[in-house]
Amino acid sequence: MSGVSATAVDLEVAREHGLTAEEFERLQGFLGRAPSLTELGITSALWSEHCSYKSSKVYLKEFPTSGARVLQGPGENAGVVDIGHGWVAAFKMESHNHPSFIEPYQGAATGVGGILRDVFTMGARPIALLDALRFGSIDAPRMRSLVDGVVRGIGDYGNCVGIPTVGGETGFHPAYDGNILVNAFALGIARRERIFRAKASGVGNPILYVGSRTGRDGIHGATMASDSFDAESERKRPTVQVGDPFTEKILLEACLDAMRSSAIVAIQDMGAAGLTSSTFEMAARGGIGFRLDLDRVPLREPGLSAYEIMLSESQERMVIVARRGKEEEVARVFRRWGLEVATIGEITGEARGEIRKGGEIEASLPIAPLTDEAPVYRRPVAEPGDLARRWEPPAVPEPDDPGAALERLLATPDLASKEWIWRQYDHTVRTNTATGPGGDAAVLLLKGTPNGLALTSDVNPVYCGLDPRRGGGQAVAEAVRNLACVGAEPVGLTDCLNFGNPENPEVMWQFRECVRGMAEACRALDVPVVSGNVSLYNETDGRSILPTPTVAMVGVIPDLGDAPASHFRRAGRRLILLGVDRGEFGGSAYLRLLHGLETGRPPAVDLDAEARLAQLLRETIGWGIVRTAHDVAEGGLAVALAEATFGAGVGARLTVPLTPRDLFSESQARAVVAVVAEQTGRFLAAAERHGVPAVEVGETGGDRLVIGADGGGIDVEVARLREIWSTALPKALGL
Amino acid sequence: MRCGVVVFPGSNCDHDVYHVLKHVLDQEVLFLWHEEPTLKGCDLVVLPGGWSYGDYLRGGALAALSPAMTAVRQHAERGGLVLGICNGFQVLTEAKLLPGALRRNRDLRFECRDVHLRVERDDLPFTRGYRAGQVIRMPIAHGEGNFEHFDAELDRLEAARQVVLRYVSPAGEPEERWNFNGSARGIAGVCNPAGNVLGLMPHPERAAEEVLGNTDGLALFEGLLRSSAARLAGARR
Repeated sequence: MSGVSATAVDLEVAREHGLTAEEFERLQGFLGRAPSLTELGITSALWSEHCSYKSSKVYLKEFPTSGARVLQGPGENAGVVDIGHGWVAAFKMESHNHPSFIEPYQGAATGVGGILRDVFTMGARPIALLDALRFGSIDAPRMRSLVDGVVRGIGDYGNCVGIPTVGGETGFHPAYDGNILVNAFALGIARRERIFRAKASGVGNPILYVGSRTGRDGIHGATMASDSFDAESERKRPTVQVGDPFTEKILLEACLDAMRSSAIVAIQDMGAAGLTSSTFEMAARGGIGFRLDLDRVPLREPGLSAYEIMLSESQERMVIVARRGKEEEVARVFRRWGLEVATIGEITGEARGEIRKGGEIEASLPIAPLTDEAPVYRRPVAEPGDLARRWEPPAVPEPDDPGAALERLLATPDLASKEWIWRQYDHTVRTNTATGPGGDAAVLLLKGTPNGLALTSDVNPVYCGLDPRRGGGQAVAEAVRNLACVGAEPVGLTDCLNFGNPENPEVMWQFRECVRGMAEACRALDVPVVSGNVSLYNETDGRSILPTPTVAMVGVIPDLGDAPASHFRRAGRRLILLGVDRGEFGGSAYLRLLHGLETGRPPAVDLDAEARLAQLLRETIGWGIVRTAHDVAEGGLAVALAEATFGAGVGARLTVPLTPRDLFSESQARAVVAVVAEQTGRFLAAAERHGVPAVEVGETGGDRLVIGADGGGIDVEVARLREIWSTALPKALGL
Repeated sequence: MRCGVVVFPGSNCDHDVYHVLKHVLDQEVLFLWHEEPTLKGCDLVVLPGGWSYGDYLRGGALAALSPAMTAVRQHAERGGLVLGICNGFQVLTEAKLLPGALRRNRDLRFECRDVHLRVERDDLPFTRGYRAGQVIRMPIAHGEGNFEHFDAELDRLEAARQVVLRYVSPAGEPEERWNFNGSARGIAGVCNPAGNVLGLMPHPERAAEEVLGNTDGLALFEGLLRSSAARLAGARR
């Protein structure tokens, strides 16, 4: 006997909620009856792609998720790793793609809010944000206002809460014209023994609701995020939530305050699918049940139905399971911060969620079939038929004038300075930022210890589109390389796997291959995946985005005093080029941005070479003899060298013979370092010991970048290059 | 020196100021809760950066009416030291403890970057650690830092030497392109006529440690400590 009195719904209504006929049958099967509308709403949210990972789960198992430093792997609100001296870092990345395309300002802002809550719900104080953004071509309809709205949204939210945005990445490609990507990462720190989890326990313990009141915003956001876009998407604007960073800030402080007592058993934020996912997921982890009385939920306006209350995605709300008898202790802390607290239910022994309103039972659902036992699909996978053609080595036009080619590359929004964006983010608040945005990796102090934390986010969607396996591996390898360039050893990664429609077999193939490539690289480079997020159905009118598995990686620097810059700081340092150039142009910036060619097989990923390069960099940086380290990535050697001259306006002169092609090839596992002249021999000996090919190529100094290539090299004033590079993005945005 | 950092619910630089005073300068520091109308005997009160009460209306507009500000006002009137940084500066102008107003930045965008400042006078407790005319570097991070006042009032402020810090070029020249928020006459910091209340938009607490690559802000706090040692022995009750 369920006692549910509400009218039952039929398959037609279930279909409107995104359930298939099979899923509806399954629901009726374990209920032994037809569901009520509220029950259907709850089920559709929990079984949505966004909440259930039903298409991706089978592949995510391939990731290595454990390691000596891992305290919490995937499955919680955030992953947790040991960062030394009794400290742990909790971090996660999450997408807010669909809402940001519909309403960029609120969509991006609430993306930041959601990821911050995922971190502080673990008991960790957030200390850094990263943002990985993918926009369409800048001339596409609405694109300039999307860029502006997203940047303002991220800035206004993070700045107000007072968490520095210390890095990230921004790319432009027509594949995102109808579906931009906003991936937000947050990292918090806590003492090792103070980590909280979202596992409900203790029959009779009260369930507390804290934070903002519940309104009608964001209803069915999770379901919206699990659907494709079409011309009607504009109508979905009411499913986007509205953020209030001030409430987030006090919620953060109040939660961390309340966690100092022993009154809290479990805590989780109301993110996607709001009250539904927070209560069902906490109960699932604890293997128990709960009872909710929706009449006690604080509402913004009267008259919300049980369905609306359970599915609202109003922001800045948390659910807490308190120790029985201690609820007043918790409530006092929240009231001190001016926040609403209500006891809305209790934990029960039977693994069911029972939801009442106005004296009636609106829903009575078993926990496991909706959560751990939710449908899982092994969707059809098909390798595209034209791979061989796609991978044919492209004909690479020689640059007539390599200097002019470099200038044109630096003037593209892809390779231009992103300072216009990150200047709108507070990146120095909390006084931990040793290296802010713009370098290979951000570097943060871990106060009270000699350690530093390094953060980076990476992916090359063009590589992933051409060869998802290589692209996935390359994203992980580049992140490791970026961390190594500041002397950091990777301790864990989180990801945002952004793909198109999983019902398209070629998209599922991209997904599987990217995950495999990432997993291989994670194992070879010893980086566990501790949290992450999957965003599917990123397509508009049947056109999917490029596969975009964004990787955000965290590293630990043993001694911050040694960290080099990513730019040349002084003249007279010896320049050494590390790694091997194989003349690889598949998917390169040179072909794509200068010749409109997006073809060929992307550069090979040599994980062994990457591991050796990273070890060499970490060791020699630890000796304190490396003054500059910068990885060679998009745009090749010429772009890497140009970037290194911009920070302090110190130029460089390369004296070895190079062909014009050598300047723009994108072979992997390469970096440029500047070493104290007297230490060159020591560095080269270390390189040999690690088996990393190293060539002394020249010296820093002067106010020009001079690369003496055979048949016409580059000889340009640094100031001129820097002007082009630093003004290109605002110019492209029409500012 | 006994230092107090006022905590409004939306303050987010409170811990940063606390850190510098406590861990870099080894002073006694208390957090002062916004609902309490007492300063608990503090010699120096800092109003930190942040979004006091969300500031959806105007930066500092509501905070100016808080119980803590009643106590800050009394402290200031007795000659006690008050330092307002960023949002704290906004609160002080809204509370009329400092002249002028801080409007949205000229470009209507939040600006986070290092700026160069010229120290206009070195005879204040806040500037004792600098030389008049010295050019220093400090981070700014604000959306509403565009200092504004009537022309006649600006003339009066200049004449009364209440302009303490000015945005300048690295060479020390007032130039519009180095005045990132569009402040009138490049004003970055002002004091009250008595010189015991200072408000500034830049963040000295973010430039107070070698490991962050800039210690130009530290001299502001050090100057306060030196002057307070001499000055507060008598004033303290």
